[in-house]
Amino acid sequence: MSIFITVTLSLLEGLLTTFKIFALTLLMALPLGLIISFGSMSKIKVIKWPIKTLIWVIRGTPLMLQLIVFGFGPGLLGIDGMDTFVAVMIAFVLNYACYFSEIFRGGIEGIPKGQYEAGAVLGLKKSQIFFKIILMQVVKRIIPPMSNEFLTLVKDTSLANTIMIYEITWNAKRFMNSEHILWPLFYSGVFYLGFCGILTLIFGYIEKKLDYYKG
Amino acid sequence: MKILEIKNLRKSFGKTEVLKGVSFSMEKGQVLSIIGSSGSGKTTLLRSINFLEEADCGEIYVDGKCIYDGASTKKLTAAQIRENQLHFGLVFQSFNLFPQYSALENVMLAPKLLAKERPDFKHNKKEIYAQIEEEAKALLTRVGLADRMNNYPCELSGGQQQRVSIARALALNPKVLFFDEPTSALDPELTGEILRVIRDLASKDVTMVIVTHEIDFARNVSDRIIFMADGVVLEDGTPEEVIDNPKCAKTRAFLQKLNEN
Repeated sequence: MSIFITVTLSLLEGLLTTFKIFALTLLMALPLGLIISFGSMSKIKVIKWPIKTLIWVIRGTPLMLQLIVFGFGPGLLGIDGMDTFVAVMIAFVLNYACYFSEIFRGGIEGIPKGQYEAGAVLGLKKSQIFFKIILMQVVKRIIPPMSNEFLTLVKDTSLANTIMIYEITWNAKRFMNSEHILWPLFYSGVFYLGFCGILTLIFGYIEKKLDYYKG
Repeated sequence: MKILEIKNLRKSFGKTEVLKGVSFSMEKGQVLSIIGSSGSGKTTLLRSINFLEEADCGEIYVDGKCIYDGASTKKLTAAQIRENQLHFGLVFQSFNLFPQYSALENVMLAPKLLAKERPDFKHNKKEIYAQIEEEAKALLTRVGLADRMNNYPCELSGGQQQRVSIARALALNPKVLFFDEPTSALDPELTGEILRVIRDLASKDVTMVIVTHEIDFARNVSDRIIFMADGVVLEDGTPEEVIDNPKCAKTRAFLQKLNEN
């Protein structure tokens, strides 16, 4: 029984780190994704094409590889002392910002031109049109693809164990070596499942909240 | 003084010239209808005057003041375009209400955002907002929607939505209110309620320009009618002159076709 409690406590400790990666990634990748989506829709080519290339590279390579690049790259280049957790955050934020940007782009481009024009003839500024009229409609449209990304992110945090971040999966694997038991790894699934279950409920609630209007 | 004067307005999209030098003017309180077949440039004319498109050349005067001069080499800034747009109101064919806001919120949105630019906004925020709400409610009552103010666009019929959008345009007290085929997206039984609202506005001396296919309505409500074809104004006169005694063969052909349908 005591080993069960030890494992549970260890996994809970890992869950804290997992949650930290999850929350910080969202906090930074959502606004950054919006900025990147503006860049990818820009009419200015010197902005648009570098951004498009960045999105292609980030979406076209494995997140695990990106983690390794940011985790070990600085050391190879002779830059010492970069915190591993910072490297993890850079990789996650950049990766998710690029995915989010494509979802934002789809949402923004899906809003009918008439909404912008109605705002313009009412004398609204471009920023007012975006924040007061467009954004709310974009949010409603992107909730389903976003909920997918959020759930994927919960599980992707487990990749951080490849560069020695002590999140749930790392803590579960630890017992394979120290105690020669495998079940903590299976048990860790419960924590992911619980986390994703709560997110699913939250998204369901938001969707219901936004159901008062169509369009 | 003329409230609106358009001189030689031209606009091309690529190689297609849609407006080939359109001129007209109108007095305060007048109702002007623009008729003509699809592709004659009516909608582009409205969009150019409302700065949704920038004309290639020509001049636009409001109350004698030049707000657009195509000969000027300086491009209008976003702030100038915005200022110009505030002279006018535009009611779209497809309403374009903001779906996430109730009817009342749709009407109040622009006045509330504009009020923030007033110097006394910080001191009198409450009073200003209360006044805006009162005016918005009065406008919605005027278009017959006193009991639907808190409904969202998706809960309203097409005719009701269009009436909200008329109230929304009126909320900024435009000098000229433009209608771009306001009944074309509506079922025939709903057009009557829109036409009633426009007729009521006409009786209150609201200056209006109406692009429409409803010839009988145009004849009834308008002080003047313009017939456009291929990007130019072919007729400009009273309803009797344009509809009953058209000068041009094209006008006669257009009116005849409408009668046949």
